Amino acid sequence: MEIKTVGVAGTLESSDIQIMISAGQNGIEVDLDSEVAKSYGDQIKKVITETLNKFGITNAKVKATDKGALDCVIAARTLAAAQRATETNDEPRLEVLQ
Amino acid sequence: MENKVKRNLPDDLMTKMNLKPFESVEIGNPEVKRVAPKVQVTTGESKVVDSLEDVIKKTLKDGMTISFHHHFRNGDFAFNKVMNLIIKMGYQNLTLAPSSLTGVMNDTVIEAIKKGVITNITSSGMRGSLGDFVSHGGLKNPVVFRSHGNRARSIEEGEIKIDVAFLGVPNADPAGNANGQEGDAVFGSLGYALIDAQFADKVVLLTDNIVDYPNTPASIKQTQVDYVVKVDQIGDADKIGSGATRFTKDPKELKIAQTVNQVITNSPYYKQGFSFQTGSGGAALAVTRYLRESMLKDGIKASFALGGITKPTTDLLEEGLVKKIMDVQDFDKGAAASMAQNKNQQEIDASWYADPHNKGAVVNNLDVAILSALQIDTNFNVNVMTGSDGVIRGAIGGHQDAAAAKMTIITAPLVRGRNATVVPEVETVVTPGDSIDVLVTERGVAINPRRKDLIAAFAKVPELNIVDIKELQEMAQKQVGTPKPIEYTDRVVALVQYRDGTIIDTIKQVKD
Repeated sequence: MEIKTVGVAGTLESSDIQIMISAGQNGIEVDLDSEVAKSYGDQIKKVITETLNKFGITNAKVKATDKGALDCVIAARTLAAAQRATETNDEPRLEVLQ
Repeated sequence: MENKVKRNLPDDLMTKMNLKPFESVEIGNPEVKRVAPKVQVTTGESKVVDSLEDVIKKTLKDGMTISFHHHFRNGDFAFNKVMNLIIKMGYQNLTLAPSSLTGVMNDTVIEAIKKGVITNITSSGMRGSLGDFVSHGGLKNPVVFRSHGNRARSIEEGEIKIDVAFLGVPNADPAGNANGQEGDAVFGSLGYALIDAQFADKVVLLTDNIVDYPNTPASIKQTQVDYVVKVDQIGDADKIGSGATRFTKDPKELKIAQTVNQVITNSPYYKQGFSFQTGSGGAALAVTRYLRESMLKDGIKASFALGGITKPTTDLLEEGLVKKIMDVQDFDKGAAASMAQNKNQQEIDASWYADPHNKGAVVNNLDVAILSALQIDTNFNVNVMTGSDGVIRGAIGGHQDAAAAKMTIITAPLVRGRNATVVPEVETVVTPGDSIDVLVTERGVAINPRRKDLIAAFAKVPELNIVDIKELQEMAQKQVGTPKPIEYTDRVVALVQYRDGTIIDTIKQVKD
């Protein structure tokens, strides 16, 4: 999938995560800011990367600002940001979250 | 060596510091000996001085132990006034032994450590930048954390020998009679500071309000005081009531509070003349509201409320639902103001409140204690000291002491953000599971298997969703996942004492 613009989803509220996706060349590069980075940083990056791969994005820059979101929230925000970045948000691909 | 809560304690440190591992929550009937302070005899004239620097020069030497109280909380001006001078005057190797450390003191303490002014600390706790600094190895010698009751015990038995106590007060007469109830920056009970006034070799009062002799009620007495220093302003009234005290609108906390009330009112302790202590956590405050409604409906009155006191509790006193308040500390302005007006709001010192080596402390007469937790494990051990990142960010306070109650209830949400509260093993054991009876979360109530009587009593209450604590732990883990274990170095940055002075756990330096 081609990234056409910067896609943002999520808020900075507690238990949410804000995902910002822009074009990249070196695979999925996640820049993560999280209070639970020590305990869950690897897991958060894994969920973001897997969700993007499933959606069909293999190269992207991701800025993730986490406020203690659960995996299901991370995947949903990642998908929403990806659909906005690829300008495909009129066709929600909810099967990615399965 | 391993202690009874299965914590591995470093042998070299234990031997070097002559420490004993935690054994049991049962204190037994040991015979102990108390110490007495040195007294410089005077007739009490001209204790009032303008120069704090002169007083420090006269009383303090390198290597001594100094103390402060934390009743001004984040509105404290006394600590920084004194410590900044001590730093400026170039003192070295002091031991800092305050009743606790609040956020407003952090920067000064860090500066004093960096300059070698402070080389040892014992406290109830520490938060924010100071906790972070110590957890990252900023202080060479391990901090010793003690509960409020244990601090009183340690001072009485000479384990903490206070050379000079610097005590801020909102009023004092020229001879040193003082209380916490009148002036611009009132905080109510002087409970923790009374021990310092009684046992320190030198007692220095700082106040912005010198009143006519004789000043009553005299919580601190002229017989104990060496100097009264006049300062411009001793505290910020608006910041005394801030800090831990807040009133919740969080539906999760309200649900927990409601459930706690059901646990209390269905317990065998809920009867005419029962007693309780609530803390200052969001849910704990709300419990007082629900409990009030139940007491009105059932026509039940409490003989006393204990502890850190809040306005909702003093309201119960005025309504006649609580006969007496045994008050070691006030968490908000309302509770502080109430002390001056209600003769049934009795000021108690930390020893009377909670010292385990006593001829009975008030916690021994307590029926129900409601306490919070950062973490609780499947053996009911509670952590109120380190966050889930392993960094110091809390205080023992009276946690271990109040857990001496006949029924100790821990309130905690199952998870906070992505951190599980109910865990397989707590980062730091502060209060042993043997003294915890009930855990209330928004997803269910767990009863310590030790308490077969409570299990039987609550089985008859359909509103209570009783679950195994392991189930709660699994529920939490399913929600947040399994965290990567925190990495520590081998270096011990803090020792956590149990209330009898034995070592219940250590805190190690975090790796970054």
